[in-house]
Amino acid sequence: MTVATEELKALAIAKVVDARGTSCPGPILAAKKSIGGVPVDGVMEVLATDSGTLKDLPAWSKKMGHEFLGSFDDAGYLHLYLRKLK
Amino acid sequence: MDTTRKTIILFSGDFDKVMAAFIIANGAAAMDDEVTMFFTFWGLNALRRPEKIATSRKSPLQKAFGAMMPRGPGRLALSHMNFAGAGPKLMQRMMRQQNVMSLEELIASAREQGIKMVACTMSMDIMGLRAEELIDGLEFAGVASYLVDADEANVNLFI
Repeated sequence: MTVATEELKALAIAKVVDARGTSCPGPILAAKKSIGGVPVDGVMEVLATDSGTLKDLPAWSKKMGHEFLGSFDDAGYLHLYLRKLK
Repeated sequence: MDTTRKTIILFSGDFDKVMAAFIIANGAAAMDDEVTMFFTFWGLNALRRPEKIATSRKSPLQKAFGAMMPRGPGRLALSHMNFAGAGPKLMQRMMRQQNVMSLEELIASAREQGIKMVACTMSMDIMGLRAEELIDGLEFAGVASYLVDADEANVNLFI
């Protein structure tokens, strides 16, 4: 279940992870490193330029038990959002 | 989803195959999996320190092997298009241009993420590699240790 871009932009963000410029598995490693600093129910935003992240971050979220909310492309890079569930 | 275990046997010492193994291992660890990497035969060369280490009690043949085999990730050959050593340098340049982590960084990240790296003592004995020639943080064991971890794993790769 993904959310419309406007709703994503309106989310309160607990933490932003900048993984721009890194390639696989960089964005996933960055997400893993940062999720500990996000409170449960908090939203983490991941910035990325590697297009594979569009598939990899939802897969990572599912495996880790978090909720992937959606993504959009803006100004040449990706914004991806997930809610920490545990 | 629950934590599961992944095991990877790294038999190859080819730069590209070692890269693939460490990318998969790091990805799995980032997904909270427990990962065991078992290094045997040529794969051990990925764990060698880059500098020459003085060792004693090596046979002349073991010494020759040690001198001919690559010391560490910076000296590994490509499985294809090696071009007498120019291939890996070109590949590394392309990786830097694409912001792909270097093999050295991937190995460091594997250790940071607590990936269990096991060096096969039997292969070490054959090829005359001593523990002091390899990087820190390794375990030294044999096939039974690997098989026990593989029993608990849902993915096992031989690379």
